Amino acid sequence: MSEKKKRTPAWDGNKAGTAEKTGKAETAEKVVKAGKAGKAGNVVKAGNAGNAGNAEKAEKVVKAGKAVKAGKAGKTSGRRGLNYAYLDEDGKRLVRRALIKAVCVPGYQVPFSGREMPMPYGWGTGGVQVTASIIGPDDVLKVIDQGSSDTTNAVSIQKFFRKTAGVEVTEKTSAATVIQTRHRIPETPLKSGQIMVYQVPIPDPLRFLEPREGEAAARHANREYGILYVKLYEDITRHGEIASSYDYPALVNARYAMSPSPIPRFDNPKLHMSPALHLFGAGREKRIYAVPPYTSVVSLDFEDYPFRPAKSGRACELCGSETSFLDEVITGDQGERIFVCSDTDYCAGRREKAADGEKETRGGG
Amino acid sequence: MLLQENHPSAMTEPLIRAEGITKRFGDILAVDGVDLELYPGEVLGIVGESGSGKSTLLNILSGALPPSSGELFYRGRDGTVRDFFKIRERERRFLLGSDIGFVHQDPAAGLRLKVSAGANVAERLLSGGLRRYGEARLRASEWFSKVELPLDRLDSRPEEYSGGMRQRLQIARNLVTGPRLVYMDEPTGGLDVSVQARVLDLVRSLSSEFNLAVILVTHDLGVARLLTERLLVMKNGRVIERGLTDQVLDDPGEPYTQLLVSSVLGGA
Repeated sequence: MSEKKKRTPAWDGNKAGTAEKTGKAETAEKVVKAGKAGKAGNVVKAGNAGNAGNAEKAEKVVKAGKAVKAGKAGKTSGRRGLNYAYLDEDGKRLVRRALIKAVCVPGYQVPFSGREMPMPYGWGTGGVQVTASIIGPDDVLKVIDQGSSDTTNAVSIQKFFRKTAGVEVTEKTSAATVIQTRHRIPETPLKSGQIMVYQVPIPDPLRFLEPREGEAAARHANREYGILYVKLYEDITRHGEIASSYDYPALVNARYAMSPSPIPRFDNPKLHMSPALHLFGAGREKRIYAVPPYTSVVSLDFEDYPFRPAKSGRACELCGSETSFLDEVITGDQGERIFVCSDTDYCAGRREKAADGEKETRGGG
Repeated sequence: MLLQENHPSAMTEPLIRAEGITKRFGDILAVDGVDLELYPGEVLGIVGESGSGKSTLLNILSGALPPSSGELFYRGRDGTVRDFFKIRERERRFLLGSDIGFVHQDPAAGLRLKVSAGANVAERLLSGGLRRYGEARLRASEWFSKVELPLDRLDSRPEEYSGGMRQRLQIARNLVTGPRLVYMDEPTGGLDVSVQARVLDLVRSLSSEFNLAVILVTHDLGVARLLTERLLVMKNGRVIERGLTDQVLDDPGEPYTQLLVSSVLGGA
C-alpha cells in the first residue's frame, strides 16, 4: 500500500544520517521501527547503530528508547530535530498503553497524560496524539473534518502528518489505513484492518448531567446510567421525540456508556459490530477510549421511543444518494440552498461511477 | 402508638440498628458512640442545637459520610440483616436509589433544578431500569397527585417552583420507588409556617399510608412533637436523652432537654 513520498520528511534526515554512519540501510530501517515499537531490545541496537562512541549518550538512548535520537547521538544531527510523527517516543508509549487498555475494556475512558501538541485544544489534539502513536511510514492517512477532506482542520492535520511522518495521504476511504475524523464516519463501509481515530471534545456522556467527576466515575463503575435516560425523558417531554442529534450516547459491549464524539446520531449504527477499530482521543480532557472490531454499540432509547438514526427524507443534489447524511449548503444571498452529501469522497465516488455510465444503485457504497 | 398495632410482626425486628456510631474530624468528636434502632413505619426524631452532631449522624446513616467507627445493621427486604457499611458499594448505592430516600433541607441539593419536575420524579425509576417513557411519565404524575402538586406543572422545571412545591417534589422523587426508609434533614427548614404545616401533614400521612420509617432531624421541637413518635436528644455528639416524644418534651429528664423545651415555650 505504501508509496514513498517524493519529499523528504523532516525525520528522514535522522534516518539517512544513521544509515550513512553504519553503512547499513537495513539497520537504519530497524532503528526507525524500533522507535515505533518502543522495544527495549531493538533500542539497544539503535544505540549501536548510532555508534557515537559516546557511552553516556548511548545510555540515554537506551533508557529513553528514543530510537531516532540515536541518529543524533551519532552526531548526524537531524535537520529539525523532530521525532518521527512529532510525538516523542515516551509520549507515544504512554498513549499506546492507554490504547491497549481502552481496547481491552471497550468504552471505558482511560486517563493518559497527554502532551502539548502544536495546535490549540479543540482542534483535535487528542486525535492527533492517537494518530501519531499508531501511524507508521506504510500507512495511508485520511483526515475528515465535517465529512470533508478539504476543510481547514483536515488539510492542516494531513499536512502535519505528511511532514512529520512521511505518510501518504488520501481522500479515498477505501484506500486509507488510518482515518482521523471529526464529526463523521465515512459512508463507505469500513473494512477490517482500518483504524478510525476520533477527535473528542467531551469524553464523558455524564458530564453535563453529573458534573462531579468522582460521582460520574462511580456511576460508570456501577453501570448507573439512569441519568442518561433522564436526558432522553426530558427530550421527549420537550420536543415529542428524542431530539439529541449528535454525540448521542451509546452503550458499548453492554457495559460502558460512551460519548461517540460529535458525530451525528445518523452515524451511531455504523459503530455497531464494525469490522474496523475505533479509537477516541480527548486532548484537553486527557482521556482515551475505544471500540474494538465487532463490538456491540447500542444507542440508548426507550422501548416506546426507539432510537432512529435520522429523518432526512431528501436526496443529495449532486449524486442523488438518498441514504447518506446531507449538509445544507447556502448557495445565494436570497436564501437559496441545496442539500449535498456531507461525505465528499462518497459523493464524488458516486458521481464518478455515474459518469462512467455504470448504473447507479441507490444507497450503494 | 398507632402503627404498632397495624404491623405487629414488623415491630419484632428493627429496620435499622446502629451501634456505637462515632465520627471524628481531626480532634473534634462530632458524633460520639450513638446507638439507635428504627422500626418499620416508625418516625424517629433527632433534636438538638446547631453543632450537636445530628446532621453528621444523618449523613453517616445515609451512607454519605463514612463513620470513624460503628456499625449499622440494615434488614433487607428478604429479612437478612447486614452491616450497611460493609456491603459492596454497588449494593449500597442500589439501596440508596431504591429502598432508602433522603430529603434535604435545601431542595437544590436533592433535585435537578434544570430538568422538568416529571423527570425529577422519574429519575429513580429510570435508574432502576424502567425503559418505557409512557410508564415513567404516568408514575410521575401519580406521585404528583399524591403529594398534591398541580399536574399542569409536571413539565415545569423545579427552579420555577416555590419552596413548598420543591419540598413536595423532593418527597415525591424519593418515594416513587417505594422505599421503606426515608431520612429527612430539616425538611421544613426554609418554609414559612403555613407551608410548613402542609408539608408536615403530607409527611405524616405518607408515612402512615406507606408504612414508611422516617428519621427526622430538626431543631424545631414543634415539628418533632407533631411528627415523631420517638425522640433522641443530642448534645456534643452524644445522645443524652431518648424516649417517647411526648414524654421527652413534657417531662424532660436532662437539664439540657429542659432548657431546650423551655426555650421554645419562652420564645413562642
